[in-house]
Amino acid sequence: MNKVMNIKFAGLGGQGILTCTDILGRVVFDMGHDVKKAEVHGMSQRGGAITSDLRYGEKVMSPMIPVGEADFLIVLGEDQIEVNQHHLTADGIIVKPSDFEVDKLENKRMLNVALLGALSKHMDFSTEQWLNAVRAQLPERLHAANERAFALGRGE
Amino acid sequence: MSNERRLLSGNEAVALGAMHAGCALGVGYPGTPSTEILENYSKLGGKSQWSPNEKVAMEVGIGVAFTGTRTLVTMKHVGLNVAADPFFTVAYTGVTGGMVMAVADDPGMASSQNEQDSRNYARAAGIPMLEPADSQEAYEMTKLAFELSERWNIPVLLRLCTRICHSKTIVVPGDSTTVPQANYVRDIKQRVMIPGYARPAHKALRNKLAEMEDWNNTDGPNQIFGSSSKLGIITNGVVALHALEAAPDAKVFKVGMIYPLPMKALLEFIDSVDDCIVIEESDPFIQTEVQAAGGKVRPRMERYRFGELDVVRVKRIVAGDDSEEAVPPQGKPPQLCAGCPHGDSFGMLKKLDCIITGDIGCYTLSVLPPYETMDTCVCMGASIGIGLGMRHVLPEEQARRVISVIGDGTFMHSGLTGVAEMVYNRPETGHVLVILDNGTTAMTGLQEHPGTGKKLDHLPTGKTVSLEETCLAMGIDQVVIVDPSREIEAFEKAVVDALASNDLTVVIARRPCILALTRDAKFKRGEKVR
Repeated sequence: MNKVMNIKFAGLGGQGILTCTDILGRVVFDMGHDVKKAEVHGMSQRGGAITSDLRYGEKVMSPMIPVGEADFLIVLGEDQIEVNQHHLTADGIIVKPSDFEVDKLENKRMLNVALLGALSKHMDFSTEQWLNAVRAQLPERLHAANERAFALGRGE
Repeated sequence: MSNERRLLSGNEAVALGAMHAGCALGVGYPGTPSTEILENYSKLGGKSQWSPNEKVAMEVGIGVAFTGTRTLVTMKHVGLNVAADPFFTVAYTGVTGGMVMAVADDPGMASSQNEQDSRNYARAAGIPMLEPADSQEAYEMTKLAFELSERWNIPVLLRLCTRICHSKTIVVPGDSTTVPQANYVRDIKQRVMIPGYARPAHKALRNKLAEMEDWNNTDGPNQIFGSSSKLGIITNGVVALHALEAAPDAKVFKVGMIYPLPMKALLEFIDSVDDCIVIEESDPFIQTEVQAAGGKVRPRMERYRFGELDVVRVKRIVAGDDSEEAVPPQGKPPQLCAGCPHGDSFGMLKKLDCIITGDIGCYTLSVLPPYETMDTCVCMGASIGIGLGMRHVLPEEQARRVISVIGDGTFMHSGLTGVAEMVYNRPETGHVLVILDNGTTAMTGLQEHPGTGKKLDHLPTGKTVSLEETCLAMGIDQVVIVDPSREIEAFEKAVVDALASNDLTVVIARRPCILALTRDAKFKRGEKVR
């Protein structure tokens, strides 16, 4: 069996979308999966819309998720849903800021990691696996706050 | 540790490959999506530096390669246009040490002004080209390119694209090699391209390419997948991965060495299937070559020349589907950052209703709402020449409205000769050049340049190339320096006065990029920066 899981992230340049894709990439990489991540950045750091694709499984071919095959769409703003939902499969799941108590986020820059917390409820990885990846991808002074953001997103 | 699997971008993989190949110097000019190659090479401990532009970078690389040691030269596709002059002739001179030129195309133009296909350059100049399909191949082909370069004494192009440079895939690195210390051995007939020496060099080049084609047919980095005798797909680069996913039952020839093509092997492949199609991004490069050699392939439909390919589009090509494609919803376009000093500059310039010949950088975004103030943007440095051309022929009332606008990084790249032109062929109404000096190459991700006084790794050079001193020394009548955020009235007055006069005026709007300020603060704290 070679089911490839497809997770698409959408947001604006500067919201930390590439970082949170890297964190998920780290989780599945550490588990030994084949993994590919595709993104377009550059001019987009000027606040433009960007998306990032993460695919994992036994063997992944194209780095880009074919339109209509995303299992999850993670949006950093609700306004990203309309322009990106055509990427989802028929029973694909949208993970969005309103899935948790986003107003309790102590710093909106950690919305990306909180969304990973919300995503984690749909996936089989342990909290420790997620937090190990968070710690591996972020500077140490941000670890504690991001762990709290992850817990908030997870609803813990 | 060194042979453990890692998740690397194509750019990181090229940097690691160069490191393991014993490269002595990495040199290039920043350009999306190629920029992070040299930045990563530097972080790995490789000696690497930004040149003022791609032509200079390539010339520095040629100098290294003439001494018998290895060099990596990096740029984006349009940078190869700037470097085309040395590029065509280094094919004749050849090299002693390995020289690899990593050039990144941008099909679909995520961040470029055109979608030119660099494979045409390989054929035009007669320079061999490899193209990886993922990061593992980017790593391996970087090392292979150095070996081929030394085996045939010729520079080798490594063609990348956005989806290779900025995609992360798993890499299992191999071993490192060491290369000889640089040592100059004189070889005048091979390195001084006067006609008498260049004529035999041209013939020698063609002989090398014929040998390389033979090698590519039998030992090249090409792969055949599947065994169907019905449908055959010839493809290359990341498109090969889309094809393997889109048509799992097809027989697929993945071309790894793009030039010279393994034509004998390709023709045999075509004969082994009932129906063969070439699936490639951008120009029909392989298709045209194969057809010229007598290969019968189903021609690609013209609509697939444009933009990136993906799994869905490859399925359409295979199915012969030429119907209209769905237009995906458009996300928010990029814009200047809140607090960007360019915003203050363009807010003022918009009021003056000028004819603005613009240039390439973040400030090109002033063409979009709410500013919509830029009239032209063609290539790096073109703002000055185009503005001067207009000034020479427009009626006076229009000529007096022409302003050239360029950034500090682009000015260092190719604005200097524009200033020489301004002084040499002075328009009757004079001219006004505004340099938006935010102290960094912001658009590509905050790289240093000769005017910032800092090296690629952000450490000081000890000497800064001064915009104002350079302009005055070249013969500009006056230079006015303003802060666009705090002295907007003085800025406006300087521009209005300059437009009314017949002087050659340079107005430098100097205020640091807000992103660079944050980055520099992080750097001072010792935190990781790009």
